[in-house]
Amino acid sequence: MTVKPNAIEIRDVQKSFGITSVIRDLNLQVVEGERHALIGPNGAGKSTTFNLISGYMAPTSGDVLMRGEKISGLPPYQINRRGLSRSFQVTNVFGNMTVWENLRCAVLWATGHKYAFWKNVNNLPQVRERTAQILEDIGLTSRREVPAGLLTYAEQRALEIGITVAGGANVILLDEPTAGMSHAETERAVTLIRRLTEGRTLLIVEHDMSVVFGLADRISVLVYGHVIASGTPEEIRNNPKVREAYLGEEAA
Amino acid sequence: MSDIVSRVAPPPPSTGDKAKFYGLWIAAAVLLIVLPKIFTSQASFTTFSLIGISIIFALSYNILLGQTGMLSFGHAVYYGLGGFLAIHAINIIGAHKWAIPLPVVPLIGGITGLVFAMLLGWVSTQRSGTAFAMISLGVAELVASSALILRTFFGGEGGVSANRTKLFRLFDWSFGPQIQIYYLVAAWTLICMIAMYALTRTPWGRMCNAVRDNPERVQFVGYDPHVVRYIAFCFAGFFAGIAGALAAINFEIANSAYLGAVQSGTVLFSTYIGGVGFFIGPVVGAIFVTLLSLGLSDLTSVWQLYFGLFFILVVAFAPGGITGLLMMHRPLIRGGTLGKVIPSYLVAIVPTLALLIGLMLGIECIVHHTMNATEDPNIKAFGIPFNAASPLTWGIAAILIVGGGFVARMTWKRVAVAWDDALTAARAKEMA
Repeated sequence: MTVKPNAIEIRDVQKSFGITSVIRDLNLQVVEGERHALIGPNGAGKSTTFNLISGYMAPTSGDVLMRGEKISGLPPYQINRRGLSRSFQVTNVFGNMTVWENLRCAVLWATGHKYAFWKNVNNLPQVRERTAQILEDIGLTSRREVPAGLLTYAEQRALEIGITVAGGANVILLDEPTAGMSHAETERAVTLIRRLTEGRTLLIVEHDMSVVFGLADRISVLVYGHVIASGTPEEIRNNPKVREAYLGEEAA
Repeated sequence: MSDIVSRVAPPPPSTGDKAKFYGLWIAAAVLLIVLPKIFTSQASFTTFSLIGISIIFALSYNILLGQTGMLSFGHAVYYGLGGFLAIHAINIIGAHKWAIPLPVVPLIGGITGLVFAMLLGWVSTQRSGTAFAMISLGVAELVASSALILRTFFGGEGGVSANRTKLFRLFDWSFGPQIQIYYLVAAWTLICMIAMYALTRTPWGRMCNAVRDNPERVQFVGYDPHVVRYIAFCFAGFFAGIAGALAAINFEIANSAYLGAVQSGTVLFSTYIGGVGFFIGPVVGAIFVTLLSLGLSDLTSVWQLYFGLFFILVVAFAPGGITGLLMMHRPLIRGGTLGKVIPSYLVAIVPTLALLIGLMLGIECIVHHTMNATEDPNIKAFGIPFNAASPLTWGIAAILIVGGGFVARMTWKRVAVAWDDALTAARAKEMA
């Protein structure tokens, strides 16, 4: 019997900046198709973990594997082409381009058009349909022609998620997608995330515990660059180590 | 899904839009054909030829600056090398009596620009920003100085000349008369404009804009920004080479000035003054700067100073360039509220003109005082005679600068208020 490899597997990864070690002996498995949340106090190394997986930085030692293949050390665009896409904690869009163009840029490589300079981008029905679909999904259809830099904060966050999923990647990494949102906005965002990541693997960093426990199939707790516990929401809730280190009084 | 798509997807361009689009290019072609019928002097043929060359060059530069966000200080390298190769090509073709007509020669210049851009661009396009700008400057210095060292190829200070009329003739065009050169330049200008516009509408062209806005995020949607920049650099080199070859054909000479810093600076000025944010911007800039440099040099000895001041003004107050200033009025025109700002413009223009005249008077007096103090103080600038040594002139200049500046400040504040009103009214109308 062959065991299906994990969507993402982090093996003994270390990352240091100079003499400061941010990630120590990091081990993490994200199973294909699950929604996995990464939680931990500020400065625990959650964003660094995302940066290591997505190719933004290379680990000092150790390996990151995607479906059993090593991806650490590859540039971000090659990791993206293998079907992994991430969002950013601080909105990171194409500010002078319209919402439509932002999403279309995220669709072009995935639809196989690469660096083509001999095709009219407006005559590519597949690109147009897919972009329109994502635009509808994130609820920005009426804002199509607005430059991304002029969107409201919540709209920019929705666009950020839209760009991340538009390429059709199977593994999605979302870095605090609801940060700074109101209650109503957060609820809408969670519904959106749930719908858009249907049938895909999701790894999410999130501070809002109601989002984490409502969305995740499994949760890993990161403290000082080290995973101290990994399990179902129930297991994490009842784990004394986690309660002590992170949830503290809040969960008691 | 398909009905969702048909609801939200933009309809493919309608036939009306298409007709408008092709109509624009046809209008441009017609304009280029009839222009020399309206302005029939030899001087205007030369001016138009220079403008055409400058348009191609500025558009090629904007592939880098406006489209992909790369600030080059050495774009003249590809222009110049295209020019030199074109001159050598004319000489070689003429000597061997090959059946290659002159209109094909710009393509040789273009391929030269492309080849050198391919060779020199890979390293410099690794990064944009300061690193790219510095490398472009270094390469420009390197090539410009080798133009003076490698005398056999570049002809030293005198340059290399050629006789463009000695080539194989098509339809009995000798390309001796300037009008024939004009039509050659016009045809290439139209072809290059259409080609460069079409490039902006391709998947790669769209990613150029994405790289300009956010090279980091581009990597996370599957693209290598380095490759996007490199392709942009190669195309920019290609079209710059065509422009350089046309210049060489026009002057029948190529010299080291083609490759130099002044040439690189002029194309930056033209592009920026025209407006980097619009495809048409560099076209506007090229026309404006060419006319200005030809016209101003007759009117005043320090025309470059005015040119520099104008550039500073654009950078400081109108970063969108001339095209940006014009395009700003589009929402007002659409909302029908342009009339609300026109009166305030008319009011503001009076003290602004006074300020400008004062500045010009002051500059001319200072120039006279510092450069030609011993000569006759009764001088002429912009066709107007005045006494540059008289305290009265200096006094008038000072009053115009201080008074005009003070009043201009107040009137421009009122323009800003009128603008806000007009824009609000235009938006309200749009909503209704």
